[in-house]
Amino acid sequence: MIEAHGLTKRYGKTLAVDSLSFEVRPSQVTGFLGPNGSGKSTTMRVIMGLDLPDGGSATINGRPYRDLPWPLHEVGALLEAKAIHPGRTAFNHLWMLAQTHGIRRSRVDEVLDLVGLSEVAGRRAGKFSLGMGQRLGIAAALLGDPSVLLFDEPVNGLDPEGILWVRTLLRHLAGEGRTIFVSSHLMSEMALTADHVVVIGRGRLIADRPVAELVAGSSRRFVKVRTPQPEVLTPVVVGAGATVAPGTDGSLTVTGLSAEAIGDLAGEHGVRLHELTPLQASLEEAFMDLTRDSLEFGGQGVARSEAGGGAVASPAQEGAAR
Amino acid sequence: MSVETVSLGPARPLPPGHYGPLGQLRSEWTKMRTVRSTLWTLVATIIAVVGIGAVATAVTAARWRSGGIVDHIGFDPTARSLAGVFLGQIVIGVLGVLVMSAEYGTGTIRATLSAVPNRPLVLACKAAVFAVVAFVASEILTFGAFFLGQALLRGSTPYATITQPGVARAVAGAGLVLTVLGLFAMGLAAIIRHTAGALTTYVGLLLVLPLILQAFPVSFQHQVIKFMPLVIGEHMAATNPHVHDFGGGALLSPWIGFGFLCAYAAVALVVGGILMYRRDA
Repeated sequence: MIEAHGLTKRYGKTLAVDSLSFEVRPSQVTGFLGPNGSGKSTTMRVIMGLDLPDGGSATINGRPYRDLPWPLHEVGALLEAKAIHPGRTAFNHLWMLAQTHGIRRSRVDEVLDLVGLSEVAGRRAGKFSLGMGQRLGIAAALLGDPSVLLFDEPVNGLDPEGILWVRTLLRHLAGEGRTIFVSSHLMSEMALTADHVVVIGRGRLIADRPVAELVAGSSRRFVKVRTPQPEVLTPVVVGAGATVAPGTDGSLTVTGLSAEAIGDLAGEHGVRLHELTPLQASLEEAFMDLTRDSLEFGGQGVARSEAGGGAVASPAQEGAAR
Repeated sequence: MSVETVSLGPARPLPPGHYGPLGQLRSEWTKMRTVRSTLWTLVATIIAVVGIGAVATAVTAARWRSGGIVDHIGFDPTARSLAGVFLGQIVIGVLGVLVMSAEYGTGTIRATLSAVPNRPLVLACKAAVFAVVAFVASEILTFGAFFLGQALLRGSTPYATITQPGVARAVAGAGLVLTVLGLFAMGLAAIIRHTAGALTTYVGLLLVLPLILQAFPVSFQHQVIKFMPLVIGEHMAATNPHVHDFGGGALLSPWIGFGFLCAYAAVALVVGGILMYRRDA
């Protein structure tokens, strides 16, 4: 269990985290989402006791990080790739951490095996690829068999196989009853991994709710319509209060009317329909909607066009498609 | 690597007690011995202390007969064999800086502090392990340089034996000076956190400060020069107080001077520890 209460962190005049409060509960994967520069990494560093908050507090299993008797047995973290001395071998990096907690050598071999680095345990970390560095970081996080795990952008730099592996590992760890807190700026990644999301923008809490609810609650609903008579249907649905946008494949995207209403209208006017698909905003779009106002840099136009262009059926289908 | 091999099991109850200095000392020792820069700097220290001492004594032995009477006055064979300690002070400083600054430079500090969030404990254990390694290495080197140097002088010039008054103090003391200067450098690195910045500061305080001092009035120089680390070190490594002329200013006795050196290192480490405690990692 991770708890943040009114967490505030300032770097000079920049307010990186602004009275942020949330809870990360066990047995599920909690995604920590926000655009780049929104304060995710800062929040994680404050939770880990590395950066000191200017206000508020963060606790792990009810205690501030600095008061944990055996930090590695309670919390594991992958905060940034390759925070490792390039001249030290993978084994020795883990071994020097293990020694602080009296963790046995065999456990070091075990986690190296777990992340698939046994073969290169004796190789110096400076020669590792970004992906291998991430795996070593994950091994370090798992070393003390902790009940709480934090991962900051764990799939960055990984190949598709590695991404799938991390995703499955996170689900597996949550299934064992652990508290999993994983940050990402990619909503699509979270759609596949997370049960719950905490969304922040400009250091402030934007949303804290189950993934399914976030998608369902999004204002963006579309109906994809395919008809050989668009010139007849368009004025009819527009007359009923909807907006119509032509799609790239000759279909129409109708916003503001349900599929049922569109079907009824088509029937009344004798319009033939070849397709009538209700579309839900993807998690990506829900995220864009939520964070549009809080984007640090003026990328709003870009954000909009991406949101408009990427309509997919649902996160579940998106997942299946992958 | 398949997920089927993931067999972590549910999180277990915590062991009794608390993390502590013993584990941290072991960890710091592992950190120190598992990077190659430690070995390289120690090799450089051997070359500096023993190598330069050997060259200095061999040259003295070869030129003794052709040298004038002036060269022979106040000749201190112990100090001559410890001539490499001067350069050794810089090299041991590099090791002291690297042990600390590499943690920041590579980001390892975040792994270190995640495991052991008690920062003063981390710094204290790091300093303790470094001190033991530096002390053992420095003493071996200064005694090695002394015995090798005297062997090279013997037959050509006056030479010293370890039992003569002040000789054992000079040789052992030179090793202590190296150790404490290494700790001083480590404290600077804890304050500055960057390898280049810490090294520049260390070399500046050691070598450049005495040069800057020359711009000041002689009377002021005489008052201040005795507190310079370099002067304290040279004085410790000599048996004959007349051999070094630092502008006529009275020098501190070797052990009082060493006390000042210890104080400098302590101040640097304490300030470093306080900053480490207060700053973001």
